[in-house]
Amino acid sequence: MISTLTISALTKRFGEVAALTGVSLTVAPGERVALLGHNGAGKSTLMKIILGLIPMTSGQVTICDAAPGSAAARRAAAYLPENAAFHPALTGLEMIRHYLTLRGESPSLAMPLLEKVGLAQAARRRIGTYSKGMRQRVGLAQALIGHPRLLVLDEPTSGLDPVSRREFYTLLDDLAAKGASILLSSHALTEVEARTDRIVILSKGQMVAEGSLPELRRRADLPVALHVTARNGYAPDIARALPNAILVDGALHLTCPQSKKLETLGRIAGLGDKVADLEVLPPSLEDLYAHFSQGTAQ
Amino acid sequence: MIRILSTARTEFRIALRNRWVAIAMVLMAVFSLVLALAGSAPTGGLGVDRLSVTVASLTSLSVYLIPLLALLMSFDAIAGETERGTLPLLLAYPIARWEILTGKLFAHLAILALAVLLGHGLAAAVTFWSDPTAVNGLSALWRLSWSSVLLGATFLGAGYALSALSRRPSGAAGLAIGLWLGLVVLYDLALLSAIVADNGGWFTTDAFPVALLANPADAFRLFNLTASGATAAAAGVGGAADAIPLWQSLASVLLWPLAALALAIAAFRKVTP
Repeated sequence: MISTLTISALTKRFGEVAALTGVSLTVAPGERVALLGHNGAGKSTLMKIILGLIPMTSGQVTICDAAPGSAAARRAAAYLPENAAFHPALTGLEMIRHYLTLRGESPSLAMPLLEKVGLAQAARRRIGTYSKGMRQRVGLAQALIGHPRLLVLDEPTSGLDPVSRREFYTLLDDLAAKGASILLSSHALTEVEARTDRIVILSKGQMVAEGSLPELRRRADLPVALHVTARNGYAPDIARALPNAILVDGALHLTCPQSKKLETLGRIAGLGDKVADLEVLPPSLEDLYAHFSQGTAQ
Repeated sequence: MIRILSTARTEFRIALRNRWVAIAMVLMAVFSLVLALAGSAPTGGLGVDRLSVTVASLTSLSVYLIPLLALLMSFDAIAGETERGTLPLLLAYPIARWEILTGKLFAHLAILALAVLLGHGLAAAVTFWSDPTAVNGLSALWRLSWSSVLLGATFLGAGYALSALSRRPSGAAGLAIGLWLGLVVLYDLALLSAIVADNGGWFTTDAFPVALLANPADAFRLFNLTASGATAAAAGVGGAADAIPLWQSLASVLLWPLAALALAIAAFRKVTP
């Protein structure tokens, strides 16, 4: 399959500082990729290079076979900057009508777009009176204009409440189902976990991990946590049977490597009636993220 | 083209809401009216109709006011977008940088043209009311109007260039005022003092005409005074109008807007959001 976005051996230096070093990445049509990293890890820089806003030092980037910043690439890509800003003297409707015209679409599509992001009520008010969440919605509305083949979204859900976030990801799912590629960065790891196909972790300008969540879990080989709740009075018995468990608020907490997971579960099952409940907690994305980004720090 | 027009419409709307349209029109109207009324008081002696006299006064007004208005409208054009954080998104859109600048130029030029037409229209109306022979001055007034718009275009382009170079609106404003002072006020003073010091030597005969043509504001004044033959009513460096052929000042008036826009586009190309 031809990929929408191809990045190979991308390096960007600001004077002496290396912002990105040897980053390679491809995004296929319909794929949703999340870009994770600390502040200053190079996420926004990578996005700006993809959009042709800043030049790269070396490497190669193509968007639908076009060079970043070329007319063809700009037509194919939509962008939502971090903290999307608009001229405060214009209304949301006027702003979106202008953006529609710039993309060669009919300005009459502005109202349906604003309805889609839940801004129809405020469409005729000036953007200067909008809250941060409302400005973010204007940003989303403009990113949905036309049929972008690639959406580059920098912190798209910042400033949105949980319900709006869910609506936003539903919009993205629709777009991805129609073949749009999505590259987004986020600090809200839990929503990324559920709503993206692939995760890329950047640390100090280097790509330290890339893959689907199960793949990353397997590679990190982080221990699995098990919480065992004992039936009244049996806690000491269970503690004897599971020597490395610790007692926390009446429940026994223990961890084991991935490879020992089934064996440990078997031993717990062998305790029979003494166990009231059992919870298996796989390593969260936070754990994975910390694991991979510490890898380069050392 | 549709992208340029949409940009122009949006910019015009912003200027309307920021009161720039109102400010430009009120300033031009008030000053033009004052000059027209003052110009119609002394009569006869010059042997020309009153409108021609008023045009000479309006020329002096335009040399100061039009560049100032143009720079005030344009200094924010790029630096403001950078500071608000709206530039990265705009540049990610399929619109070329020269199209963005041309769109802004159309909007700002339309505002200047409206202000000029209003001011000159009022001046003409006042003059007609007191002197029916003023019809003779209409062609001079029309020449002043379109050359004022071109003068505005030159300084709008210069303002965009400064705006792109300075990145911050406060810095751009400082540079814009500096440019205005330099080209409109200090330039003439420097030339006059050089002429006095030179006492009719090489500078006065060879360098001075070139120096006048090189400054868009001086070229504009020369062009209007030469064309209307109103040098008698002019003072200062305008008195040199006889010495320089009309086509030279016309060429300067026509070429400067293009040069300024090219400069602005070149400066904007260097901006990385």
